[in-house]
Amino acid sequence: MPLQTPPLRGIHDERGAKFTEFGGWDMPVEFDSIQTEHAAVREDVGIFDVSHMGQIHVTGPDATTLMQRLTSNDVTRLDVGDSQYATITDEDGLIIDDTVVYRLPDENGEATYLFVPNAGTDEATHERWISYRNEFDLEATVDNQTDEYAMFAVQGPNAPDLVDEVTDESLTDVDRFTATMATVDGVECWTARTGYTGEDGFELIVPASEAEDIWAQFDCQPCGLGARDTLRIEAGLLLAGQDFDLESNPRTPYETGIGFTVALDTEFVGRDALEAAREDGFDEELVGFQLIDRGIPRHGYDITNMDGRVIGTVTSGTMSPTLDQPIGLGYVPSEYADPGTTLQVVVRGQSKKARVETIPFIDTV
Amino acid sequence: MSFDIPDDRQYLESHEWALETDDDTVRVGITDFAQDELGDVVFVELPDEGDDLSQEAEFGVIESIKAVSDLYAPVGGEVVAINEELFNAPELVNDDPFGDGWMLEIDPADTDELANLLSADEYEAQVA
Repeated sequence: MPLQTPPLRGIHDERGAKFTEFGGWDMPVEFDSIQTEHAAVREDVGIFDVSHMGQIHVTGPDATTLMQRLTSNDVTRLDVGDSQYATITDEDGLIIDDTVVYRLPDENGEATYLFVPNAGTDEATHERWISYRNEFDLEATVDNQTDEYAMFAVQGPNAPDLVDEVTDESLTDVDRFTATMATVDGVECWTARTGYTGEDGFELIVPASEAEDIWAQFDCQPCGLGARDTLRIEAGLLLAGQDFDLESNPRTPYETGIGFTVALDTEFVGRDALEAAREDGFDEELVGFQLIDRGIPRHGYDITNMDGRVIGTVTSGTMSPTLDQPIGLGYVPSEYADPGTTLQVVVRGQSKKARVETIPFIDTV
Repeated sequence: MSFDIPDDRQYLESHEWALETDDDTVRVGITDFAQDELGDVVFVELPDEGDDLSQEAEFGVIESIKAVSDLYAPVGGEVVAINEELFNAPELVNDDPFGDGWMLEIDPADTDELANLLSADEYEAQVA
């Protein structure tokens, strides 16, 4: 199957970016160096093309009911402009995907939503929404707009000032996890104070046809998926397909440390299973750890206890550019999950000592 | 993008270079192309001095933030020096792959093995 390309593929190529396949998309992984890009976001500001993220628009009289039944959080808490982190779970309460739900300005007097599924999952998610809507005879329009929009993330301590300069409107009153329409270069963009780096900043959803001009307005370090990965691991944020995956690593939101996305007082697919999971407790938890011995933990490496018994697997790992220390995430039995606990990670056949740390690894906004 | 490929040394297809030194040892590192492909190098694992290697045997591991790669010996022989600077400053491999980013020196058991390596022109044809 051919890879999907972001609208700015050619611009990135001209800029000298290296590319990688991610979720079926051909995305820039590195423009200059991961360390340079990472440092720009931690210390100043950087811009990411995250057009591989999906955009699904839901409106109509039953839009709220549909969103409520298919996402784990409580969408009725959202006012216009609010956003909410949620999971999409199956009947067993296992995470199919995680997503951010935005409440857009009402259309025809009805609540309207935009949500952002992960790369490569937009079609399946769209089908899930349509199928559920039809089965329960709900009146809602579900539109997969992934091809129509590009998405950029401007992140870093100086990102709010830069975005504020670029938009016609003042964005100083836009709080974290809220969003508004803002005009960039004459084009209206959905501009949300959210992000995936642990830093302050905005994500902009922009018409694909205008993406090039809007990208050009941001005079800052372009960043690729490589830096996005090191930044999000430091911030303890999850990567779908790695830190949870319905096929290879099925997990509930509780095991994954995002129980706050579960509103058990709402009715959604997976709710009953999750209520039972919360009452019964769970055996394993996602922890962060730092390697004490020399080496770098990587996705798929075994985690053992100090006796060498395999107790878990590394789901994400890297050399942290900020801390200059090797760090990772992985699931271990709860008795090994307390910060300070000593474990081992098997790096190419050699056991390396590691210590469980509190996540996030760095201070985040 | 063009890469440095100095013609005073020889190359392996796996992107290591070999340079004969004045004291008849062979200095080994990785190429400019290889360091660029890897990106920011953050960890290098090298053998101990005194270890014996055979030609094209794995002698260590190099890790960048995004990738792990094995390192292969261009010639067989005894490891007579390793660049311990790389343990504290692995970025030297990015900054100066043919100079300060060298990795080890081998006392070759059989200098004829050097004839098996690629010339600069042959290596350039491979990475072009």
